[in-house]
Amino acid sequence: MSTLVINDLHVSVETDQGTKHILKGVDLTLEQGSIHAIMGPNGSGKSTLAYTIAGHPKYHVESGSVKLDGEEVLDMSVDARARAGIFLAMQYPVEIPGVTVSNFLRTAKTAIDGEAPALRPWLKEIRGSMEALRMDKTFAERNVNEGFSGGEKKRHEILQLELLKPRFAVLDETDSGLDVDALKIVSEGVNRAKANTGLGVLLITHYTRILRYIHPDFVHVFVDGRVAEEGGPELADRLENEGYDRYLTGTSVG
Amino acid sequence: MSAVTSPQPPVLAAAGQHGNTAHSDGGWALVPVQTRSERFTSVDPAAFDAVTGLEADWKLTPVAIVRPLIDGVLDGSPYQYSSTETEGTSLEWVDRSDVRVGAAGMPEEKASANAWSTFEKALSITLSGEETAHVTVNRSALGGHARAAHTLITAKPNSNATVVLQNSGSALLSENVEIVVEDGANLTVISVQEWDGSAVHLASHFARVGRDARLKHIVVSLGGKVVRVNPSVHLVEAGADGQLFGLYFADAGQHLEQRVYVHHVAPNTISRVNYKGALNGAGARTVWVGDVLIGPDAAGTDSYEANRNLVLSEGTRADSIPNLEIECGDIVGAGHASATGRFDDEHLFYLQARGIPEDKARRLVVLGFLTEIIQKIGKGDLESRLLEAIEIELGGVAA
Repeated sequence: MSTLVINDLHVSVETDQGTKHILKGVDLTLEQGSIHAIMGPNGSGKSTLAYTIAGHPKYHVESGSVKLDGEEVLDMSVDARARAGIFLAMQYPVEIPGVTVSNFLRTAKTAIDGEAPALRPWLKEIRGSMEALRMDKTFAERNVNEGFSGGEKKRHEILQLELLKPRFAVLDETDSGLDVDALKIVSEGVNRAKANTGLGVLLITHYTRILRYIHPDFVHVFVDGRVAEEGGPELADRLENEGYDRYLTGTSVG
Repeated sequence: MSAVTSPQPPVLAAAGQHGNTAHSDGGWALVPVQTRSERFTSVDPAAFDAVTGLEADWKLTPVAIVRPLIDGVLDGSPYQYSSTETEGTSLEWVDRSDVRVGAAGMPEEKASANAWSTFEKALSITLSGEETAHVTVNRSALGGHARAAHTLITAKPNSNATVVLQNSGSALLSENVEIVVEDGANLTVISVQEWDGSAVHLASHFARVGRDARLKHIVVSLGGKVVRVNPSVHLVEAGADGQLFGLYFADAGQHLEQRVYVHHVAPNTISRVNYKGALNGAGARTVWVGDVLIGPDAAGTDSYEANRNLVLSEGTRADSIPNLEIECGDIVGAGHASATGRFDDEHLFYLQARGIPEDKARRLVVLGFLTEIIQKIGKGDLESRLLEAIEIELGGVAA
């Protein structure tokens, strides 16, 4: 059983106004096979946490650690983190002109596994996952994210999650911009991946809507760069009714 | 109201103010404003002034290297080539007196006129079948002495064909290629430059596109010391469509240039120009000039031109100069875009976040960037061969 342990993580980012401290001491432990929801108001640092775990160069780690089974993730390159089993489903995946989805998926799978997948089973697996996510067959020959709708981009992220089989997945606002049908399809994909591979999920969201389809074991409320409250699924219900005001009054006076 | 003293600009030394003195780039101030279609043309090299290398036409080209093609004596005799052809096509050497010579255009510069005045026979390619026909002409044994060449490509009415001009080996070549696309024809011309590292090649392509006819013209320049291919396409009848694409990859010390000209003469004509280049290594140099002229009678013109360059290392230079002249008020659209830049780091992050190592991710991005043009070729065997050639070029790209 793998664990991902985030310990006293402080992260800053350079802006035009100077260095801005965003994460101010995050502690979080994820076990494989469990689903943790991170909820919080805009600007509380949820996405920063996601991109820091994945290793985006924009975010500067001031102190703290992120350990995967005792190994320091923060010392790894972005691609080494992915090969170690960490996956980030992005909120705004970029378009990559001229690189087809099928070429991209095969290249990524080869990199993660260290060897090219056997052709026939691989094609069958892609086809199966695409069908389950209600993606058209022509999708595979389109260029990565180019001209994809918001919903198509999210499905494409979850397709990768299913195919690359990471140990931990960070889902950064995967629910944003999805209508209810697409939300269900995407959620089913996440639940399927978890059932098949025993994935651990860090589900980052502003709204409780997606939690109707992906049931969290733990809920962490993120306010001003740290975890303000933690609890079980009942905490999400409370947020649904009360919103984040309760936390904000104490932290951002004026 | 209080008086406000506006700050006085600092007094500059006489020569210090930007824009205050004539530029040193060849005295452009002396060149009168001139419509693109009114350039001097002649088949006689002596009718052109001596080339100093400061002319607008030449100032971005390494004139010292191409000098033998501008002023030297050229061998205009027929050369060896090999070809593959399908039905509905013919290939033959024809005399200078052939009526098709001069049907598509006239030289606009001295090296082009030098070639025009010295070729002995023109290689004529005629396409007549309505079923899709293919011709590939391979030139790989031109040799290192100064040569002239002339090619005539004629697409008969309603014909449908692809012509590939495949160049490799050594060369010191100045040539003219005339392309006539008759009414209703659909012609693709692909000129591939995979010359040896010492080759020097100047080419002018002249095209006339007829009523409801379509020309797809693709320039792929990968190999050669100095390669300059200048296509000019005249959309002379209503409904003519010109699609001009280009792909180039300049390595250290390589100069790859293309000066593209699209002339909308007739109403309801369409043009699309898209050239993409990559530069890698010290002294890698590319030039793209894109002229579009929409003439007074070209109502309903729909035109767009773009050039994008991806810079992969220090020490490179890419010139990208779009020019748009519009003499007609009633058009559908005319636009241009030019961008030269480094990698988008977000592309790298996305690919690396999927486990793909940085060097491989870089190559994937460059290949993807250039693939857009390869995908226009529409000829599977050539597409896959060129992709391989580009992957080999990418072998030299540092991680």
